[in-house]
Amino acid sequence: MTTPEVKTLTVNGVQVEIHGERNLLEVIRKTGIELPTFCYHSELSVYGACRLCLVEVEKRGIMAACSTPPENGMVIRTDTKQLREIRKINIELLLANHNRECPSCVRSSSCTLQTLARRLGVDTIRYKQRQELEPIDKSSPSLERDPNKCVLCGDCVRVCTEVQGIGAIGFSFRGSKAKVAPAFDKNLAEVECVNCGQCAAVCPTGAIIPHQNREDVWNAIHDPSKIVVAQVAPAVRFALAEFFNQEAGQNAAGKLVAALKKMGFDYVYDTTFTADMTIWEEAEEFLRRVKAGGPFPMFTSCCPGWVKYAEINFPSLAQNLSSCRSPQQMFGATMKEALPDMLGKKREDIVVVSIMPCTAKKYEAGLDKFKVDGNPDVDFVLTTTEIGRMIDSFGIKFNELEQEAFDMPFGFGTGAGVIFGTSGGVMEAALRYAVGKIEGKVPMHGLEFHAVRGSQRFKETSIKAGDAELKIAVVNTLGAAKELAQQAADGKSPYHFIEVMACPGGCVCGGGQPILNDRIKRSRRMEAVYKCDKNMQFKNSLENHMLKDCYEKYLGGQPNSEKAHHLLHTKYENLNGIFDAVEVVEAGKSSRKIAVSVCVTPGKDEKKSAEMLSQILDYADQKGLADKLVVETAFAPSCTKRQAGEVLVGGRFFDGTDLDAVKQGIEEAVAK
Amino acid sequence: MDASVRAREAEKAVSRMEDAEAVLREYNYDKAKLVPILQAVQARYNWLSKELLSYIACALGLPPARVYGVATFYAHFSLKPKGKNIIRLCDGTACHVKGSTAILDALYEKLNIKPDRDSTDDMMFTVETVSCLGACGLAPVMLVNDDVHGQVKPSDIPKIIDDLLAKQGSKTANEVA
Repeated sequence: MTTPEVKTLTVNGVQVEIHGERNLLEVIRKTGIELPTFCYHSELSVYGACRLCLVEVEKRGIMAACSTPPENGMVIRTDTKQLREIRKINIELLLANHNRECPSCVRSSSCTLQTLARRLGVDTIRYKQRQELEPIDKSSPSLERDPNKCVLCGDCVRVCTEVQGIGAIGFSFRGSKAKVAPAFDKNLAEVECVNCGQCAAVCPTGAIIPHQNREDVWNAIHDPSKIVVAQVAPAVRFALAEFFNQEAGQNAAGKLVAALKKMGFDYVYDTTFTADMTIWEEAEEFLRRVKAGGPFPMFTSCCPGWVKYAEINFPSLAQNLSSCRSPQQMFGATMKEALPDMLGKKREDIVVVSIMPCTAKKYEAGLDKFKVDGNPDVDFVLTTTEIGRMIDSFGIKFNELEQEAFDMPFGFGTGAGVIFGTSGGVMEAALRYAVGKIEGKVPMHGLEFHAVRGSQRFKETSIKAGDAELKIAVVNTLGAAKELAQQAADGKSPYHFIEVMACPGGCVCGGGQPILNDRIKRSRRMEAVYKCDKNMQFKNSLENHMLKDCYEKYLGGQPNSEKAHHLLHTKYENLNGIFDAVEVVEAGKSSRKIAVSVCVTPGKDEKKSAEMLSQILDYADQKGLADKLVVETAFAPSCTKRQAGEVLVGGRFFDGTDLDAVKQGIEEAVAK
Repeated sequence: MDASVRAREAEKAVSRMEDAEAVLREYNYDKAKLVPILQAVQARYNWLSKELLSYIACALGLPPARVYGVATFYAHFSLKPKGKNIIRLCDGTACHVKGSTAILDALYEKLNIKPDRDSTDDMMFTVETVSCLGACGLAPVMLVNDDVHGQVKPSDIPKIIDDLLAKQGSKTANEVA
């Protein structure tokens, strides 16, 4: 007997108690019935578009379980003849509109449409296949969009808008013409996408996938003149086993090393090594700021999704971002510095392959600033699922492999490096180093900072280090980061140090990891990170003695040395304004043109921007540069913080107060 | 480009944004008022350019993809420039049965509109078909700007157009062609 206060309802004749579930779907799933869905994610808003979770509610009719709140006494059936037929028709219709190249699709076997068609017994499709195909968007170095495989569930749109606070893609048009696309049907690379790949992580089909670099890497492996070096990011090892149908939360590092060796990688190193290096550089930078009294807050810069987000939305925070490159880029730069010397090879013959949980790392590795004479520090980036597929295609039985150890010396890392893979990890690693150093107690065993751990989107704490009281914040997801960034941009941030990771839970749940859509798996992966840390003999990056050797031989002896600064630090771009309303004033004829945009704020200081515009045009005419420029006005609404007369020259920002600086900028950009 | 033409073009662009700015201010930069804002801006220019949509998105703090989504969802919003005169021909069930297709052909012929286009080259006219004007008793029915023409026959078309042009003091369509 149930007590009178407990509300109940009946699912397929079984009485079920309601305990605060938000919708029927949750109640029904509690009973062990896995109702099919495309568009339902517990962490996103309810959308009710896919019409697969339909149930029959007595006296009310057929309703979508995801968007119906549970009520006392409801009598629900989940599987009547009519419901089966409706669901089947829905799947059939989706399949008729779907480019069914399943065997060659990256998502084959992890595709929800495929799974549901099988589960619901769709043996034939009675509708004619849609013939005309939309072009595939391959513009982004990180992600590929194939609209012909989209089921319009809107998961990607909602994750981008609700979780990341960006909205780079949205629904456009309607009815049979409805589609998911960036604004004005532009390519993904041309809009404010930061490449985090969470859209690909929630996509139930192959409509958005990580850009694939598998063939590039095979080619390098099969080229005898190349030395192929792998670096494995911390987070990869905690999710790869899932690709091979193992439980979530295992550490597959040893097996991955063994597999990579079998496949023909010459050296297999660990990005944990340069995670420790990042801490040496970043914690020293932080200590320097503490001594100098700012600028605060300092933001971490390991996450390329966050860095691009900040470059687009908060260019004024450039000096708040740590100047440290990410561990991936530090690794690439160090390898291309050290290996030619160690192995007697040319830089071009060393191929650095990153294995990352992340799609944004592909974008990062391709940036010009991380190339030397056109040769990138990191040649190719593979996501966890790509390396899984490569291992599969080689015929390796991953689960049966004997574990092997990373190669030395660049395969040695501490627990501090390992925890980089999860939200709070970079902060904790930096604190272990900085607090240890301030208090002069290194190594400090058991120096753990539990306040920064866990999957909550926002965590804060304050830490006493010597005389200083340090206010710390850790956020994951860009939606959460936006608030802290805005606060900092307004000069009102109470924090000294802020860690940002773009993906929910941090890198372990990155856009390149095996598909996961449940919180349990996420927390398993996070737990596995800390379990691994517990098992490491060294837990403080300061104790990485291999790193010390590396600094002595290749990096100028110590952190922040001139050489270390040259190889391991970077500068940030101002990408703001590239999406503003822009009208071309004058376009030159050359095939390669530099965009010069002058900010115009209607109704505000119009003279100033008109002056700037005519000065630039006159200057271009005088110097004969007109053909090499596209001069445009970028309109900024008066409610934004953009100032009239600001200028962007090929992405470089000038505040418009110094005309000579703008002229020089134009000349430099043209000369490049 | 000639410097004076350049300056004039730049000025025009600024004034377009100023108009948008005035509308936005009137609606207090309220995201929830996106549709009325788009309506008001379109009322001024007959269509919504990519630049204006970007400007509105930026001012409201909305992703441009969202604004584009709303603008493409409603048939009322046009993302292509429209002519000075807009002819809306009803192609609802009643009008269709009563021969609206022949009227459309007559319009295209009279106005010399090229296939796959809906406006004249000189942007004097745009012809649209709409689903129902709610005046089925007058079928086939056609709206020329705000004037209703009921029970239209294809042979009426040249006169309707010429009368309108005469009223506006322009050359007739034939002379233009």
